[in-house]
Amino acid sequence: MAVLARASDAAIAERLDACGPLPAFERVRGPEQGLVMARGRTGGGGAPFNLGEVTVTRCTVRAANGLIGHAYVTGRNGRHAELAACVDALMQDTACTETVERIVITPLEAAEHARRAATAAKAEATKVHFFAMQNMRT
Amino acid sequence: MYVTVKGGEQAIDAAHAWLAEERRGDVSVPELSVAQIAEQLGRAVDRAMSEGSLYDRDLAALAIKQSQGDLIEAAFLLRAYRTTLPRFAHSLPIDTASMRAERRISAIYKDLPGGQILGPTYDYTHRLLDFTLAAGGTPPPVASAEPDGEALPRVPDILGQEGLLEPDEGSDATPGDLTREPLLFPAPRDVRLQALARGDEGFLLALGYSTQRGYGGTHPFAGEIRMGEVSVEIEPAELGFAIDIGDIVVTECQMVNQFKGSKTVPAQFTRGYGLVFGFSERKAMAMALVDRAMRAGELGEDVTAPAQDIEFVLYHSDNIEATGFTEHLKLPHYVDFQSELQNVRRMRRAAE
Repeated sequence: MAVLARASDAAIAERLDACGPLPAFERVRGPEQGLVMARGRTGGGGAPFNLGEVTVTRCTVRAANGLIGHAYVTGRNGRHAELAACVDALMQDTACTETVERIVITPLEAAEHARRAATAAKAEATKVHFFAMQNMRT
Repeated sequence: MYVTVKGGEQAIDAAHAWLAEERRGDVSVPELSVAQIAEQLGRAVDRAMSEGSLYDRDLAALAIKQSQGDLIEAAFLLRAYRTTLPRFAHSLPIDTASMRAERRISAIYKDLPGGQILGPTYDYTHRLLDFTLAAGGTPPPVASAEPDGEALPRVPDILGQEGLLEPDEGSDATPGDLTREPLLFPAPRDVRLQALARGDEGFLLALGYSTQRGYGGTHPFAGEIRMGEVSVEIEPAELGFAIDIGDIVVTECQMVNQFKGSKTVPAQFTRGYGLVFGFSERKAMAMALVDRAMRAGELGEDVTAPAQDIEFVLYHSDNIEATGFTEHLKLPHYVDFQSELQNVRRMRRAAE
């Protein structure tokens, strides 16, 4: 779910298409928009407090084989939540878990890792290397 | 006392139509898109989300467009919108220690583990207007470097190892929620932090500054400031286990303050805490200063300054409430004023 929540709806749809024919899905609940109250911790590690709300969309689908998929994703994109719920339902079908993992999850995860690595590399370039005062060398 | 009056409907319609025209401005200039605001006015979006207490970059950008960049009005629009949505869940407390930090600095340890990471900061810029931005164009390429993989331990954990810093208090009790329960005094620290996190940046900045100038001074040091993405996890009832539903960007400030100690507590540093949506370093720092100032009573310090007065701070930090009461003066007070007018005339006649 962490991978699907961060992928775009278009990226998930494109990966699902690559899986070949899929079972039919029907919507059981949603997609519907709502809120999650994000909490922080006092001092970073202490008692929880309410920081503020985040928009969230959730969806539940039932595949033709009866398996139920749930999804909650940040933002207000109903299609994103629905596609993530479909993937969740597919993943529970032991016959196609491995295929979905390989064709959908792994590439999306790699894309997210690449995005994070690019940000981390930019952050690293802004890391300060102090000069010693005596000789102005690192 | 307000009197119900009818009329003005046509005038209001005409005023709103003019407002819409004003908002669009000269039609020969291309219209701003919401995506442009979300991408290019990021700090305004952060502020609207923080004071609107609703994390949604696109909605905040739309609110900024609708309010012509009036950020308090934008926050008001977000607060109003949130009331139309059901609350599905609360998150598990976000773990700022595992933040994917884009910025992380400490003013108390030069060589702290993980290093000083400046990130995309305005610090060290010369505050000279950059006329190349007026001309437009592509920014210069960004430097990148291979991360060394070193972890970024929290500064309180480093200081805490020696017992020189007060530890985090650990109760996992359900925190109070200002959006559901009225504010009651004495307000506990969880409620205070919620109020500060959604409070007006200008108000908190002025109060934080006042503590530095001696009105409830706490000798603060910026122990650590970090900004970056954190995961939001919830535990939906239908699943029964925690799932990760995406990232939010937050700024955290750990302010470290002097404390003499007392009969029961040895001399140690105390802390003020700031945590806000988005990249809002000024507000996170001000919040941490005011949080610490409001702890004066519990730490046995004299409560003399405005920033230490919990009731004063919490009743005035919310800019939506403050706007409402200030701007309500625009409502018809015709009858009130007529009675005042009669009073003044009577007093004058009596004096003659």
